[in-house]
Amino acid sequence: MSELTMVQAVNDGLKSIMREDDTVLLMGEDVGPKGGVFLATEGLTAEFGEERCFDTPLSEDGIVGVGIGLALNGMKPVCEIQFQDFIFPAFDQIVSEAAKMRYRSGGQYTVPMVVRTPYGGGIRGGLYHSQSGEAYFAHTPGLKVVIPSTPYDAKGLLISSILDPDPVLFMEPKALYRAFREEVPEGVYTVDLSTVREVVPGDAAVIYCWGAMVPVATEAARRIKETRQQDVRVVDLRTLMPLDEDAVLQAARECGRVVVLQEAPRFCGYASEISALLAEHAVESLEAPVRRVTGFDTPFPNTLENYYLPDARRVMDAVEQVLDF
Amino acid sequence: MSTARPIRVSDPGTFPLRRVLREDGRGVLKSAAQEHLPGRDKLLEIYRAMLTTRVLDQRLLKLQRQGRVAFVGLATGQEAAIHGSGAVFEPQDWVFSALREGGIALQRGMPMAEYIAHMFGNAEDSAKGRQMPNHFQCRAVNFPSWSSVLGTQLPHAVGAAAAMQRRGEPHVCAAYSGDGATSSNGFHSALNMAAVMRAPVVFVVIDNGWAISVPSSKQTAAASYGTKARAYGMPGVDVDGNDALASYQAVAEAAARARDRGGPTLVCLRSYRIGGHSSSDDPTRYRDDGEVEHWEKRDPIQRMQAYLKSTGLYQEADCEHWQSDIEAAVSAAVRHAAEVGPPPLESLAEDVYAEPPLHLRRQVVEALRIAAEKGAADAVAGEFPL
Repeated sequence: MSELTMVQAVNDGLKSIMREDDTVLLMGEDVGPKGGVFLATEGLTAEFGEERCFDTPLSEDGIVGVGIGLALNGMKPVCEIQFQDFIFPAFDQIVSEAAKMRYRSGGQYTVPMVVRTPYGGGIRGGLYHSQSGEAYFAHTPGLKVVIPSTPYDAKGLLISSILDPDPVLFMEPKALYRAFREEVPEGVYTVDLSTVREVVPGDAAVIYCWGAMVPVATEAARRIKETRQQDVRVVDLRTLMPLDEDAVLQAARECGRVVVLQEAPRFCGYASEISALLAEHAVESLEAPVRRVTGFDTPFPNTLENYYLPDARRVMDAVEQVLDF
Repeated sequence: MSTARPIRVSDPGTFPLRRVLREDGRGVLKSAAQEHLPGRDKLLEIYRAMLTTRVLDQRLLKLQRQGRVAFVGLATGQEAAIHGSGAVFEPQDWVFSALREGGIALQRGMPMAEYIAHMFGNAEDSAKGRQMPNHFQCRAVNFPSWSSVLGTQLPHAVGAAAAMQRRGEPHVCAAYSGDGATSSNGFHSALNMAAVMRAPVVFVVIDNGWAISVPSSKQTAAASYGTKARAYGMPGVDVDGNDALASYQAVAEAAARARDRGGPTLVCLRSYRIGGHSSSDDPTRYRDDGEVEHWEKRDPIQRMQAYLKSTGLYQEADCEHWQSDIEAAVSAAVRHAAEVGPPPLESLAEDVYAEPPLHLRRQVVEALRIAAEKGAADAVAGEFPL
């Protein structure tokens, strides 16, 4: 057991599973000797060689397309897309090919592949190093979408994703890469896909969140406790597709007041899906309208990034509204 | 090597084409290279496969006109390119196909009944009726599933080949596309990455002159499709795709190079699409009948038959009966397929994931309840436009 940051936990997860399973391969831009722009693959080419951790041309659709071919033929590729903002050239391969292969082949051909990609704001990256595109992908049947928020979960969910028989988009909140350390077990362990994690207990209201918004929600819950002596539950969804719908509904029924928090723009975002789920199946338990706290419906700005990103202040405001309704 | 006349209005220009057979098929050109030519068994395999594809085209088009099959992508006129090249690949090689190479799956041993079941999209279709017709796959003969998004299968071939390479296997991947797909992202990224990785891939472009209604002259300003290889750092060759022997030879040479760890090759087999893009397309709206007539006179099956007759193989193998044998096999498969019903409603949510997640299981329960209470779904009225 050692104290690791999230990016170290990702690295440790990759290393641990590669030591046990020689069909696991890493590929992407700068993942080789440089170890990736965030150092998530540092030291892996040195340990496993260029056959198993290799640099590719600057070709996102090629990276994912070749990854699909490797997966069709017995490998477990982990493709890195350097920033999630660069994933769109590969959108076709992810959405039309990887996600549909099992279905369109009646189960004859499958794609056990992971696409890892750092996402989200908070690093002064402007329009093209900051986006949160989870909704585009969670909308795609056949694809799983996983977003960790802690070092422990990052390693365990990543290993589960690599061992999963279906393609997984593994989105890493880069704002949390080095935000804090926690104890991470050595070697291979898994965290179940499709389970939520209760971060803070409470029953006055519930905040659903994921990725880099989890610490923001936690801070908002702490301030509400301080100012109003009310316990607000924080639930980290972790696996956006498939979603643990029953756990989400249960928390809403227990708390009766709901805020959904996301970094992405609001319109047609994943928070809207949670709101619709609650409207369809838990409306009788709701004591206030569901509030969404989100990025603005604008491209991701640069200088005003801190106003674009939801912070504890904005989350508190929404929680107060549902509590006072 | 001889120079082609500009006999397609669709050609970007004139360029040298590699040939083996005389145009009339009666023998081999004196200038032709002798290496990598098909032997007796391969020649007969190629001819039989070519005939099978022609018979299927004719039969399936009739079924489509009768409304019994929704869509057919025809290969008429391209049989030499398809089956001459297809004969090269060994059982353990993989073949990534596009729209018109389904016959290669049969050539590799896919059962006719399975092929026809897919055209009907019935309960015996290995794809469970999920793809449009003419999207063949057959795992037993290493023939993966392709999508209608052209060019996307090409990087898959590179990845599957890279897996062979990593395991030290002596196998190769065939990556087929048409001329239109040479403009796609997948073509570019696949050729670039295959060359960088020295992956054992043979890229086979079957250039039939037309991408639906867009001629090759509007597809590229390159002198030929084969010349595109040069910029990727791999060999490229333009071949007379109506010459089954030349198609076999060029692809065999490329496959041998790939097995020998010499990396990928681009082989362009120049042919002609005699029919429309598909059963729904009317090519008289955009191309000249004269061009079609010119190519009808250069039928690759007639040319191959003339060659086999000139060598005596046609008589020796009793090829005269093959056409009726194939027609009988197709008819039997069609009769059977017509009696098989559609896949069950429950199958709608299978194979989205290895295990159906909770939300999908609930959606199926809902669909079954509505079907039980309200009856069968309304029929779909629309027709496929191309």
